[in-house]
Amino acid sequence: MNPPVATPFFFYLLAATMIIGGILVITRKNAVHSAMALITALLAQAGLYLMLYAPFVAGVQIILYAGGIMVLFLFVIMLISIERAEKERQFNKQWLVGIAAAAALGGLFIAVYTTNTKGRPLFPEGRVSFGETLNTQQIAGLLFDRQTGQYMFAFEIASLLLLVAIIGAVVMSKKRI
Amino acid sequence: MLHITTLHYLVLGAALFLLGVIGVLTRRNVVIVLMSIELILNAVNLNLVAFSRYWQGLHGPGALHGQVFAIFVITDAAAEAAVGLGILIAFFRNKETVNVDEVNLLKW
Repeated sequence: MNPPVATPFFFYLLAATMIIGGILVITRKNAVHSAMALITALLAQAGLYLMLYAPFVAGVQIILYAGGIMVLFLFVIMLISIERAEKERQFNKQWLVGIAAAAALGGLFIAVYTTNTKGRPLFPEGRVSFGETLNTQQIAGLLFDRQTGQYMFAFEIASLLLLVAIIGAVVMSKKRI
Repeated sequence: MLHITTLHYLVLGAALFLLGVIGVLTRRNVVIVLMSIELILNAVNLNLVAFSRYWQGLHGPGALHGQVFAIFVITDAAAEAAVGLGILIAFFRNKETVNVDEVNLLKW
Protein backbone atom coordinates (compact mmCIF):
# COMPACT_ATOMS: atom_id res chain seq x y z
CA MET A 1 0.00 0.00 0.00
CA ASN A 2 1.69 3.13 -1.18
CA PRO A 3 1.03 6.59 0.18
CA PRO A 4 -0.71 9.05 -2.16
CA VAL A 5 1.56 10.48 -4.79
CA ALA A 6 0.90 14.10 -3.83
CA THR A 7 -1.04 16.03 -1.27
CA PRO A 8 -4.37 17.75 -2.02
CA PHE A 9 -2.47 21.01 -2.05
CA PHE A 10 -0.97 20.11 -5.42
CA PHE A 11 -4.37 19.24 -6.82
CA TYR A 12 -5.73 22.65 -5.91
CA LEU A 13 -2.59 24.37 -7.18
CA LEU A 14 -2.76 22.63 -10.56
CA ALA A 15 -6.53 23.09 -10.77
CA ALA A 16 -6.18 26.82 -10.11
CA THR A 17 -3.45 27.03 -12.76
CA MET A 18 -5.71 25.31 -15.26
CA ILE A 19 -8.73 27.48 -14.50
CA ILE A 20 -6.74 30.71 -14.66
CA GLY A 21 -5.08 29.53 -17.87
CA GLY A 22 -8.47 28.73 -19.38
CA ILE A 23 -9.88 32.12 -18.44
CA LEU A 24 -6.84 33.81 -20.00
CA VAL A 25 -7.26 31.75 -23.19
CA ILE A 26 -10.77 33.03 -23.78
CA THR A 27 -10.21 36.64 -22.71
CA ARG A 28 -6.86 37.74 -24.18
CA LYS A 29 -6.84 39.93 -27.29
CA ASN A 30 -3.50 38.72 -28.58
CA ALA A 31 -3.70 35.15 -29.89
CA VAL A 32 -0.08 34.49 -28.90
CA HIS A 33 -0.91 35.30 -25.28
CA SER A 34 -3.87 32.93 -25.49
CA ALA A 35 -1.60 30.19 -26.83
CA MET A 36 0.87 30.73 -23.98
CA ALA A 37 -1.96 30.51 -21.41
CA LEU A 38 -3.19 27.33 -23.08
CA ILE A 39 0.30 25.79 -22.92
CA THR A 40 0.42 26.59 -19.19
CA ALA A 41 -2.97 24.95 -18.68
CA LEU A 42 -1.91 21.88 -20.66
CA LEU A 43 1.27 21.46 -18.61
CA ALA A 44 -0.74 21.75 -15.40
CA GLN A 45 -3.05 19.09 -16.78
CA ALA A 46 -0.06 16.82 -17.36
CA GLY A 47 0.68 17.24 -13.66
CA LEU A 48 -2.87 16.18 -12.85
CA TYR A 49 -2.41 13.09 -15.02
CA LEU A 50 0.65 12.23 -12.96
CA MET A 51 -1.44 12.59 -9.81
CA LEU A 52 -3.91 10.12 -11.35
CA TYR A 53 -1.07 7.59 -11.89
CA ALA A 54 -1.17 8.01 -15.67
CA PRO A 55 2.48 8.77 -16.55
CA PHE A 56 2.16 7.66 -20.18
CA VAL A 57 -0.79 9.96 -20.86
CA ALA A 58 1.08 12.75 -19.08
CA GLY A 59 4.07 12.25 -21.36
CA VAL A 60 1.86 12.16 -24.45
CA GLN A 61 0.15 15.32 -23.20
CA ILE A 62 3.44 17.20 -22.90
CA ILE A 63 5.04 15.90 -26.09
CA LEU A 64 2.01 15.95 -28.38
CA TYR A 65 -0.17 18.72 -26.99
CA ALA A 66 2.18 21.25 -25.46
CA GLY A 67 4.98 20.37 -27.84
CA GLY A 68 3.27 19.51 -31.13
CA ILE A 69 -0.20 20.95 -31.45
CA MET A 70 0.60 24.23 -29.74
CA VAL A 71 3.66 24.77 -31.94
CA LEU A 72 1.35 24.24 -34.92
CA PHE A 73 -1.00 26.85 -33.48
CA LEU A 74 1.85 29.32 -32.97
CA PHE A 75 3.06 28.74 -36.55
CA VAL A 76 -0.38 29.57 -37.91
CA ILE A 77 -0.68 32.62 -35.66
CA MET A 78 2.58 33.87 -37.16
CA LEU A 79 1.29 33.20 -40.70
CA ILE A 80 -1.88 35.23 -40.32
CA SER A 81 -1.79 38.87 -39.34
CA ILE A 82 -2.81 39.31 -35.74
CA GLU A 83 -2.22 43.04 -35.56
CA ARG A 84 -5.49 43.84 -37.28
CA ALA A 85 -7.49 41.27 -35.33
CA GLU A 86 -6.23 42.80 -32.09
CA LYS A 87 -7.75 46.17 -32.86
CA GLU A 88 -11.15 44.78 -33.74
CA ARG A 89 -14.05 43.79 -31.53
CA GLN A 90 -13.15 40.56 -29.74
CA PHE A 91 -16.59 39.17 -28.95
CA ASN A 92 -19.39 38.58 -31.43
CA LYS A 93 -22.87 40.02 -31.26
CA GLN A 94 -24.38 36.89 -29.73
CA TRP A 95 -22.07 36.85 -26.71
CA LEU A 96 -24.93 37.29 -24.26
CA VAL A 97 -26.81 34.32 -25.72
CA GLY A 98 -23.60 32.31 -25.69
CA ILE A 99 -22.96 33.01 -22.02
CA ALA A 100 -26.60 32.21 -21.22
CA ALA A 101 -26.28 28.85 -23.03
CA ALA A 102 -23.05 28.10 -21.18
CA ALA A 103 -24.73 29.02 -17.87
CA ALA A 104 -27.57 26.62 -18.67
CA LEU A 105 -24.99 23.91 -19.36
CA GLY A 106 -23.27 24.74 -16.07
CA GLY A 107 -26.59 24.42 -14.25
CA LEU A 108 -27.00 21.01 -15.85
CA PHE A 109 -23.54 19.97 -14.64
CA ILE A 110 -24.32 21.13 -11.10
CA ALA A 111 -27.65 19.28 -11.18
CA VAL A 112 -25.96 16.07 -12.29
CA TYR A 113 -23.04 16.25 -9.88
CA THR A 114 -25.24 16.94 -6.86
CA THR A 115 -27.74 14.20 -7.69
CA ASN A 116 -28.18 11.52 -5.05
CA THR A 117 -29.53 8.12 -5.92
CA LYS A 118 -30.78 6.25 -2.86
CA GLY A 119 -28.82 8.50 -0.55
CA ARG A 120 -25.54 8.01 -2.42
CA PRO A 121 -24.01 10.49 -4.84
CA LEU A 122 -24.04 9.59 -8.51
CA PHE A 123 -20.25 9.38 -8.65
CA PRO A 124 -18.89 7.58 -5.58
CA GLU A 125 -15.68 8.72 -4.01
CA GLY A 126 -13.14 6.55 -5.69
CA ARG A 127 -10.43 6.18 -3.12
CA VAL A 128 -7.87 4.11 -4.95
CA SER A 129 -4.73 3.32 -3.06
CA PHE A 130 -2.38 1.19 -5.05
CA GLY A 131 0.73 2.49 -6.68
CA GLU A 132 1.60 2.69 -10.31
CA THR A 133 2.19 -0.71 -11.86
CA LEU A 134 3.67 -0.92 -15.35
CA ASN A 135 1.31 1.69 -16.77
CA THR A 136 2.94 2.02 -20.18
CA GLN A 137 3.25 -1.74 -20.68
CA GLN A 138 -0.40 -2.26 -19.82
CA ILE A 139 -1.55 0.47 -22.23
CA ALA A 140 0.58 -1.15 -24.93
CA GLY A 141 -1.04 -4.50 -24.04
CA LEU A 142 -4.47 -3.02 -24.59
CA LEU A 143 -3.40 -1.41 -27.85
CA PHE A 144 -1.11 -3.92 -29.53
CA ASP A 145 -1.24 -7.34 -27.93
CA ARG A 146 -2.79 -10.17 -29.91
CA GLN A 147 -4.57 -11.74 -26.93
CA THR A 148 -5.50 -8.82 -24.70
CA GLY A 149 -5.51 -6.01 -27.25
CA GLN A 150 -9.14 -4.98 -27.53
CA TYR A 151 -8.26 -1.68 -29.15
CA MET A 152 -6.06 -2.93 -31.97
CA PHE A 153 -8.63 -2.26 -34.68
CA ALA A 154 -9.42 1.20 -33.28
CA PHE A 155 -5.69 1.89 -33.27
CA GLU A 156 -5.44 1.06 -36.96
CA ILE A 157 -8.46 3.25 -37.68
CA ALA A 158 -6.70 6.06 -35.81
CA SER A 159 -3.72 5.74 -38.15
CA LEU A 160 -6.12 5.98 -41.10
CA LEU A 161 -7.64 9.10 -39.51
CA LEU A 162 -4.18 10.67 -39.24
CA LEU A 163 -3.48 9.86 -42.90
CA VAL A 164 -6.74 11.54 -43.93
CA ALA A 165 -5.86 14.52 -41.75
CA ILE A 166 -2.43 14.86 -43.37
CA ILE A 167 -3.96 14.78 -46.85
CA GLY A 168 -6.64 17.24 -45.77
CA ALA A 169 -4.13 19.66 -44.30
CA VAL A 170 -1.96 19.54 -47.42
CA VAL A 171 -4.95 20.07 -49.72
CA MET A 172 -6.32 22.90 -47.57
CA SER A 173 -3.07 24.84 -47.57
CA LYS A 174 -2.58 24.64 -51.32
CA LYS A 175 -2.10 27.91 -53.13
CA ARG A 176 -5.32 27.83 -55.08
CA ILE A 177 -8.35 26.15 -53.59
CA MET B 1 -7.44 18.60 4.10
CA LEU B 2 -9.92 16.31 2.44
CA HIS B 3 -8.93 13.44 0.23
CA ILE B 4 -9.07 14.19 -3.49
CA THR B 5 -11.81 12.06 -5.05
CA THR B 6 -12.99 11.43 -8.58
CA LEU B 7 -15.63 14.10 -8.14
CA HIS B 8 -12.97 16.78 -7.70
CA TYR B 9 -11.56 15.95 -11.12
CA LEU B 10 -15.03 15.85 -12.64
CA VAL B 11 -15.86 19.30 -11.31
CA LEU B 12 -12.58 20.67 -12.65
CA GLY B 13 -13.31 19.05 -16.01
CA ALA B 14 -16.79 20.59 -16.05
CA ALA B 15 -15.37 24.04 -15.30
CA LEU B 16 -12.84 23.74 -18.12
CA PHE B 17 -15.52 22.47 -20.48
CA LEU B 18 -17.67 25.50 -19.67
CA LEU B 19 -14.75 27.86 -20.27
CA GLY B 20 -14.22 26.21 -23.65
CA VAL B 21 -17.90 26.48 -24.53
CA ILE B 22 -17.92 30.18 -23.63
CA GLY B 23 -14.84 30.70 -25.79
CA VAL B 24 -16.38 28.90 -28.77
CA LEU B 25 -19.68 30.73 -28.50
CA THR B 26 -18.47 34.27 -27.88
CA ARG B 27 -15.06 34.84 -29.50
CA ARG B 28 -14.65 36.16 -33.04
CA ASN B 29 -11.05 35.16 -33.67
CA VAL B 30 -10.93 31.71 -35.31
CA VAL B 31 -7.59 30.82 -33.74
CA ILE B 32 -8.99 31.36 -30.26
CA VAL B 33 -12.13 29.42 -31.15
CA LEU B 34 -9.90 26.48 -32.13
CA MET B 35 -7.96 26.85 -28.87
CA SER B 36 -11.26 26.77 -26.98
CA ILE B 37 -12.06 23.51 -28.73
CA GLU B 38 -8.73 22.19 -27.45
CA LEU B 39 -9.81 23.26 -23.94
CA ILE B 40 -13.03 21.26 -24.34
CA LEU B 41 -11.15 18.17 -25.54
CA ASN B 42 -8.77 18.46 -22.60
CA ALA B 43 -11.65 18.69 -20.15
CA VAL B 44 -13.01 15.46 -21.60
CA ASN B 45 -9.57 13.86 -21.36
CA LEU B 46 -9.30 14.81 -17.70
CA ASN B 47 -12.65 13.18 -17.04
CA LEU B 48 -11.59 10.05 -18.92
CA VAL B 49 -8.36 9.65 -16.98
CA ALA B 50 -10.12 10.31 -13.66
CA PHE B 51 -12.72 7.67 -14.49
CA SER B 52 -9.92 5.32 -15.54
CA ARG B 53 -8.44 5.73 -12.06
CA TYR B 54 -11.82 4.99 -10.52
CA TRP B 55 -12.27 1.96 -12.76
CA GLN B 56 -8.83 0.68 -11.74
CA GLY B 57 -10.05 0.70 -8.16
CA LEU B 58 -12.93 -1.56 -9.16
CA HIS B 59 -11.26 -3.90 -11.63
CA GLY B 60 -7.59 -3.97 -10.77
CA PRO B 61 -4.63 -1.99 -12.04
CA GLY B 62 -4.87 -3.39 -15.57
CA ALA B 63 -8.20 -1.71 -16.35
CA LEU B 64 -6.79 1.27 -18.21
CA HIS B 65 -9.54 1.74 -20.77
CA GLY B 66 -10.04 5.40 -19.89
CA GLN B 67 -6.39 6.17 -20.54
CA VAL B 68 -6.55 4.39 -23.90
CA PHE B 69 -9.59 6.50 -24.75
CA ALA B 70 -7.69 9.62 -23.72
CA ILE B 71 -4.90 8.68 -26.14
CA PHE B 72 -7.45 8.27 -28.92
CA VAL B 73 -8.93 11.68 -28.07
CA ILE B 74 -5.45 13.21 -28.27
CA THR B 75 -5.04 11.60 -31.73
CA ASP B 76 -8.33 13.14 -32.80
CA ALA B 77 -7.28 16.50 -31.42
CA ALA B 78 -4.07 16.40 -33.46
CA ALA B 79 -6.01 15.56 -36.63
CA GLU B 80 -8.58 18.22 -35.88
CA ALA B 81 -5.92 20.87 -35.25
CA ALA B 82 -4.07 20.04 -38.48
CA VAL B 83 -7.19 20.16 -40.66
CA GLY B 84 -8.70 23.12 -38.81
CA LEU B 85 -5.57 25.22 -39.13
CA GLY B 86 -5.29 24.26 -42.81
CA ILE B 87 -8.84 25.49 -43.36
CA LEU B 88 -7.96 28.63 -41.40
CA ILE B 89 -5.00 29.37 -43.68
CA ALA B 90 -7.14 28.84 -46.81
CA PHE B 91 -9.82 31.06 -45.27
CA PHE B 92 -7.38 33.83 -44.43
CA ARG B 93 -5.89 33.70 -47.91
CA ASN B 94 -9.32 34.18 -49.48
CA LYS B 95 -11.02 36.64 -47.14
CA GLU B 96 -8.10 38.46 -45.43
CA THR B 97 -9.77 38.14 -42.04
CA VAL B 98 -9.78 35.77 -39.08
CA ASN B 99 -13.22 36.62 -37.72
CA VAL B 100 -15.77 33.83 -37.74
CA ASP B 101 -18.80 36.10 -38.04
CA GLU B 102 -17.55 37.40 -41.38
CA VAL B 103 -17.98 33.95 -42.89
CA ASN B 104 -21.60 34.13 -43.94
CA LEU B 105 -21.65 32.52 -47.35
CA LEU B 106 -23.91 29.70 -46.20
CA LYS B 107 -26.13 31.93 -44.11
CA TRP B 108 -29.55 33.02 -45.30
